[in-house]
Amino acid sequence: MASLELKNVQKTYPNGAIAVRGVDMEIDHGEFIVFVGPSGCGKSTLLRMVAGLEKITEGEILIQDKVVNDVTPADRDVAMVFQNYALYPHMTVRGNMSYGLKNRGFAKDEINKKVEDAAAMLRIGDFLDRQPNQLSGGQRQRVAMGRAIVREPKVFLFDEPLSNLDAKLRVQMRIEIKRLQRRMDVTSIYVTHDQTEAMTLADRLAVINDGRVEQMGAPMELYSNPATLFVASFIGSPQINLLPVKLSGQSLVSGDLSIDGFQDLPADKELVLGLRPDHLSLSADQAGSSNSALKIRVDIVEQHGADNVIYGELIGAGSSMDGEPVEFCVKTGQANIPDIESILDLHFDVADAMVFLKETGSRLK
Amino acid sequence: MKRVQFEHSSIPYLFVAPQIIIIVVFFLWPAAQAIHQSFLLEDAFGLSTQFVWFRNYKDTILSTAWLQAAGFTLIFSALVTFLSLGLALLLAVKANEVIRGARTYKTTLMWAYAIAPPVAGLMGNLMFNPIIGDLYKFLNAIGWDFDHKLDAFDASFVVVLIAVWKQVSVNFIFFLSGLQGIPHSVQEAATMDCRSPTRRFWTITFPLLAPTTFFLMVINITYAFFETFGIIDTTTRGAPGGATNTLVFKVFQDGFRGADLGGSSAQSVVLMLIVLALTVLQFRFIERKVHY
Repeated sequence: MASLELKNVQKTYPNGAIAVRGVDMEIDHGEFIVFVGPSGCGKSTLLRMVAGLEKITEGEILIQDKVVNDVTPADRDVAMVFQNYALYPHMTVRGNMSYGLKNRGFAKDEINKKVEDAAAMLRIGDFLDRQPNQLSGGQRQRVAMGRAIVREPKVFLFDEPLSNLDAKLRVQMRIEIKRLQRRMDVTSIYVTHDQTEAMTLADRLAVINDGRVEQMGAPMELYSNPATLFVASFIGSPQINLLPVKLSGQSLVSGDLSIDGFQDLPADKELVLGLRPDHLSLSADQAGSSNSALKIRVDIVEQHGADNVIYGELIGAGSSMDGEPVEFCVKTGQANIPDIESILDLHFDVADAMVFLKETGSRLK
Repeated sequence: MKRVQFEHSSIPYLFVAPQIIIIVVFFLWPAAQAIHQSFLLEDAFGLSTQFVWFRNYKDTILSTAWLQAAGFTLIFSALVTFLSLGLALLLAVKANEVIRGARTYKTTLMWAYAIAPPVAGLMGNLMFNPIIGDLYKFLNAIGWDFDHKLDAFDASFVVVLIAVWKQVSVNFIFFLSGLQGIPHSVQEAATMDCRSPTRRFWTITFPLLAPTTFFLMVINITYAFFETFGIIDTTTRGAPGGATNTLVFKVFQDGFRGADLGGSSAQSVVLMLIVLALTVLQFRFIERKVHY
């Protein structure tokens, strides 16, 4: 049984702006779904429609097979964690967490028990009698989650909940959210523009662009098998290397470069070759890394500790998608620290290469 | 709270000097004069003066006229404050929800702010004029035997109505900006936690407006005590029979019309003490419940 279902959901604002252009989705019980996309793509609007904070222009939203289009937010049995926490500033932590339960007519003892259980789970038990302005960002974040947890809703909604935290805390909270969601087994939707958060949290990921779901699937599925150029370039860090090319015989050509081994591609169309930084290597001896048509002049080496990321200009290539010199990026082991301005051969397996149609962004290979 | 102490220089004193001078010249000095005056008894022509200690206080404050004015002032202030705050809050909440034509709506509601109390009083006077007053005719037409020249209740109704009307717009502006200061996401979080809008208003919106409400309450009480002088002076002038005499108006009447400077000063000193006590009371007991 689908826990949450979106049927052709659309949102048009009164001023004619279209935020969501028809989204279909089925989410199973206990799934952790992440909506990811650039700012303004409609992901937050979609989430707010599920929450009931935005009216649905067209289509239907079903929670446990019940259409909720006209159900008030409080009656939908969903709980939301807001980006800026949205705690009630005049209530204590306990007040914040019990407010929703009080309004739903729970008995006092029961409320206290639920609040204390949730507080223990989130390790905010010591702060129950403090006001939100006496807490740190991370603690407020926990209270916001606590407020959602105590209600034991059918669906959890997270609207970029970690974007106000510093980097270290963000990683910590990310892990905690994941653990908590597993433990509570509640269907969750999480909105973010951070692809690392998206990849690490999601059971399934929906990449949203311009009000549409570009692709939905498991994070690794989207990483290794993106359906469109947009998904390929949005998912993965460092970003996928892209090279605008044309087919000539069995080779892809860009400037003076010719890369062999490509078949069954349209000859007269502009194409884009995509190669992930971790599919490129500096030595030919790795299995399958047969193609070595590419060379870069090293520009910057980023040492991340466990691995190095090398950036450099692709020698002999035409211009990039933005009309600038093409820059490629390679992920290698920590031992590889090439000199700046040195020239490196790049090796890859043609099977790993992706080819997209430039015009529509759809994937050909 | 600990404050950082910087090196002292005289420049800050120079900057606050104008304010200090204004307070001394227009408040402290006249207040001292009033206190001094309140111990003196003077004949109507100002030819002889006698120091009489607290006789002025005893004479005026124990008189029925003063007690009547004090009673009216308290009821009047309570009514004006409560009604103008309540109405303004209602209007602000509604105006905050309006989407189409919001600006026109808000501007229209703020207009009355630009009208001085005496002008508001004059307008009220015209509207309640027995010969040409539309409101006078309307109230009589709906079966209320209305005559503010004769009936104390009707006269009070007139001054309260005008005073409230005049004050609603000020309160409206403050409430509206207070409402807009409440984060949108907090309201949204409340929508998800509480089904009833009324309950949401009293548990979330109203407590978050408390600093505004408290500030306005202090301002409104002061307004009702002092600034409504202009309205009373242009409408009822304390009639009928002193039923709409506020303390301030009585000070003015006894001092400037009755030429009893000593008694009038004594009243103004008492009035000052009452307002002081009221303000202290408000800060002591109500501000404690305000969450900033």
